[in-house]
Amino acid sequence: MSLMSEVGQKAFNLGVPVAVHLDVTYRCNERCVHCYLDHDDHGEMTTAEIKDVLDQLAEAGVFFLTFSGGEVFMRRDFFELVEHARRLMFNVKIKTNAVMIHEEEARRLRELDIDTIQISVYSHRPEVHDAITKLPHSFERTLKAIRFLREQGLRVTIANVLMTVNSSDHLDVQKLAAELGVHYTLDPTITPMMDGDTSVLSLRIPGEELPEVFRNPALVGSQEEFCAPPKPPSAEDLEGYSCSAGHSFCYISPYGDVFPCVQFPLPTGNIRRQKFLDIWNFSPQMKEVRSIQAKDLTVCSSCSHVTSCTRCPGLAYVEGSMRGPSTADCEKSFYRTGVPTANMLQQGLSKPRSVSGNGAPLIQIQPIQIQPTTASA
Amino acid sequence: MPEDCIYIARSSAIAARALAGEMMVMNSADSTFFTLNQVATAIFQAADGHTPLREIVRNQICEQFDVDPEQALADAEQFVADLSAHGILLVSNQPLAAETPR
Repeated sequence: MSLMSEVGQKAFNLGVPVAVHLDVTYRCNERCVHCYLDHDDHGEMTTAEIKDVLDQLAEAGVFFLTFSGGEVFMRRDFFELVEHARRLMFNVKIKTNAVMIHEEEARRLRELDIDTIQISVYSHRPEVHDAITKLPHSFERTLKAIRFLREQGLRVTIANVLMTVNSSDHLDVQKLAAELGVHYTLDPTITPMMDGDTSVLSLRIPGEELPEVFRNPALVGSQEEFCAPPKPPSAEDLEGYSCSAGHSFCYISPYGDVFPCVQFPLPTGNIRRQKFLDIWNFSPQMKEVRSIQAKDLTVCSSCSHVTSCTRCPGLAYVEGSMRGPSTADCEKSFYRTGVPTANMLQQGLSKPRSVSGNGAPLIQIQPIQIQPTTASA
Repeated sequence: MPEDCIYIARSSAIAARALAGEMMVMNSADSTFFTLNQVATAIFQAADGHTPLREIVRNQICEQFDVDPEQALADAEQFVADLSAHGILLVSNQPLAAETPR
């Protein structure tokens, strides 16, 4: 086990929120076709509020802090927030489309010793990338920014979301990343929109196309190991937990709402009304998420994939139950190994039902409404 | 002031946080990641740039951990040299201004 994994495990066992994803805005200068966010500002936290949140996170033991959005540079105070975070000695990562990063911004990011900047690139073809972002010349601007950042010696990762409209481009985007001297990650996950609209799921690539990705050694390492049939779970495996959501990781929205994860839209409290540590330690929802072991999963506990599946409890929650299966992950497990999942077998399916636009009941991230107080007469 | 006086300060380039009494430290320049044990954590936390290392060892280490002062100082100097080589600590024979991120 690497030192980093050991620390992650220690934080998990102690229930310390060692990593937090903080969206500072949902506003964005791009309008990506697959984006799940409502880009209107419904009252995002002020500079002072976010600084106070950062103070609380440092006190709570958070070490890894990811600033994301929306587009983080839409906030004019973004550098002020990053400066405050670095003064508190967080390890800071930034997710951005980078179109607002020029030489000066890149230099400033270097001075602030940012760990990694993750940038969305959808295609090596400008016309495809720009058609996805709906921002003319965004490809050109994003690539220019990556070069500025690399000139400063900053670590950059290209995040390539895989969908129907760019599914044939990922190998070339990988090459582009290599040419630019940056890391590359690929993500085939498309999430329903915040307002419950599932039409965006039609952009998910068909499951039949996943094996091509799973057989790319540059992405998965040893194909033999990655695609191996699952081993039967032990009794100890069934005592295990899904992921770090709510255990050592959580997500905070620009409105101060705290969730177990960015993909887990279960409201657990609002930092404008409660202290972060009170939400983290005492929220009944956080406690419930934390209590779920593999043996408690309604379908997956009897699935041969239970120990190797990437089952996302947040996506399962969106489908109806945080203890239920996440169909998108069932699909990945099946196409990765060729072994049917318990969820498929229960439904009598020989191959996964397409998860695109499945119309499942959705509970979405919404700002928690603050009730106005009524002055007594 | 003795000529061999060593002053140490935390670099502004690092990220650090205590987890159950032990410090996690990462240098963003090369992503080197360390965890410091309780003794090393005490030295790291006392690295304010103006307290000599000998005084840190005497006040923070010998008192708390019941160790021989000379051996503790030798170990501390080795530890400081290691972290300095990774850009985690700044070392000087003159007092240092405490660095904050620029």
